Amino acid sequence: MRDLVLIALFTVAVLLLPLFVTSGFLLNLVVMTLYLALLGQAWNILGGFGGQFSFGHAVFFGTGAYAMAVLQVKLGLNAWAALPAALALGAAVGLLVGALSFRYGLKGSYFALVTLAFAEVFRILANTFQFTGAGVGIQIPLRDSAADMQFSGRAGFLYTILALCVAGQLVAVWLRHSRYGAWLQAVRDNEESAAALGVDVFRVKLVAIAISGALMSAGGAFYLQYFRYVDPHIAYGPAISVEALLAAIVGGMGTVFGPLLGAAALHAVGEGTRGLMENAPGVNLVAYGVLLVLIVMFLPRGIMGLFGRKN
Amino acid sequence: MLQVDRLSLRFGGLRAVNDVSLAVEGGRISALIGPNGAGKSTLFALLSGFLRPDSGSVRFLGRDITGLAPHRVCRLGMTRTFQIVQPFSAQTVRENIAVGAHLHERDRRRALERAEAVAGRVGLAPQLDKLAASLTIAGRKRLELARALATEPKLLLLDEVLAGLNPQEIGEMIPVIRSLSETGVTVFMIEHVMQAVMNLAEWVWVISQGELIAQGSPAQVTDDPRVIEAYLGHGTAARLRQAATSGAGDG
Repeated sequence: MRDLVLIALFTVAVLLLPLFVTSGFLLNLVVMTLYLALLGQAWNILGGFGGQFSFGHAVFFGTGAYAMAVLQVKLGLNAWAALPAALALGAAVGLLVGALSFRYGLKGSYFALVTLAFAEVFRILANTFQFTGAGVGIQIPLRDSAADMQFSGRAGFLYTILALCVAGQLVAVWLRHSRYGAWLQAVRDNEESAAALGVDVFRVKLVAIAISGALMSAGGAFYLQYFRYVDPHIAYGPAISVEALLAAIVGGMGTVFGPLLGAAALHAVGEGTRGLMENAPGVNLVAYGVLLVLIVMFLPRGIMGLFGRKN
Repeated sequence: MLQVDRLSLRFGGLRAVNDVSLAVEGGRISALIGPNGAGKSTLFALLSGFLRPDSGSVRFLGRDITGLAPHRVCRLGMTRTFQIVQPFSAQTVRENIAVGAHLHERDRRRALERAEAVAGRVGLAPQLDKLAASLTIAGRKRLELARALATEPKLLLLDEVLAGLNPQEIGEMIPVIRSLSETGVTVFMIEHVMQAVMNLAEWVWVISQGELIAQGSPAQVTDDPRVIEAYLGHGTAARLRQAATSGAGDG
């Protein structure tokens, strides 16, 4: 209940934001924070609640981005119609990766490596086929109309990413208060015990990776609409996988608001260092690294660890 | 209730379970005893679906469940506990037990309520909101039992729930286990604590080196020379008898 109230307050605050803030820089910062929070939440569903640490969430992100691009540019679909298809494809890729790796009991670092390998395979495939624009990538034409999920101002994008981000939060709240969520966390903490108590471990993991894949591909879809361009490296490169897991780990794994706090912290640190050292591009990544080390050493449960046991 | 027919499993050259047949009757407490490494836990793993037998069959409530996945066995009404306790450490006692309760209860709140009731039955009520990781070994054993109980099993397989407890804690647990049986749950337990076996079990099977060597009432099996030798070594039974008679002569 308290979680839902917090989400409602947060939603209203972001909805009202464009009335008070006109700075494009600030609005962009909020958009990018919410976008990173969505990626972090996607990773958190599988990694934080399910204990399956993926190192290749780009495989879902890229699938979402490419699905949007291909459906619009090559098949002439409207962006709003393409979005559900992108989510479904993300979930389908999740089921594929999950069925193959969970069937054979891959866990821990083995699972992480397999997801990384999947992302790399998809990157090479996207780099190969003309269908996905090969190495050149795909650019979607500028339309500047809400009917095509492109907006002339930042507010439209802000509301779109807010809706997706809140959807991710609601999934996390559902996990905290449902039988399925209890099963998923039981599987995370001890698979054998869970199975002994009647939990279908394989199926529970499959559902988690499908939901996670759908949310991550929503992030990819949004990325495409916002930047109107995707190439194999952006879509399936390791950077996006790392960003997603950083947001969740820094904020607090297995919590509802961890990914949002993590995303905010990463952007604050990133922009801070960029502001301090303007002549050193990429220095924000160093700051991310330092932040991660500090969090792992002093706050193993992430920023949420500061607010009591569970939130 | 549970029929085991000529069950065998080999690990390489080791016959972990060799041609074991037994039948657990409903409504009572039976025990499986035997020296360390005899194959007791392996047998439990075969019954509950965690291991697949090389040959033989397991029937539960008239249904062949040989090689059925653990979660399916549990859904049919047979729940096991683990000798090495395996709590969901990051969760509270209440949440731990609720996982078991969710087997038959979709609603989260009602599952948590049910967890509370089950905790009361095994004496965990004061610890409901503690993290499972913070429990003592005795507390964890109770939690292991409570979680299994929350699935409302017809047959409960208890793998050494008394091991590692001090005499006082054992004394507290024995009535808990007896009360389970009184509420209609059939209990099949592996136990080293003979005080508990003598106290609770109506029927005992003895397993040694993977083979069933004796069965009967607790008094019968503890008097059986083959059982004494399995525990204490070849020829011990005869020496003990000799010592007893000569000791009587001296006095």
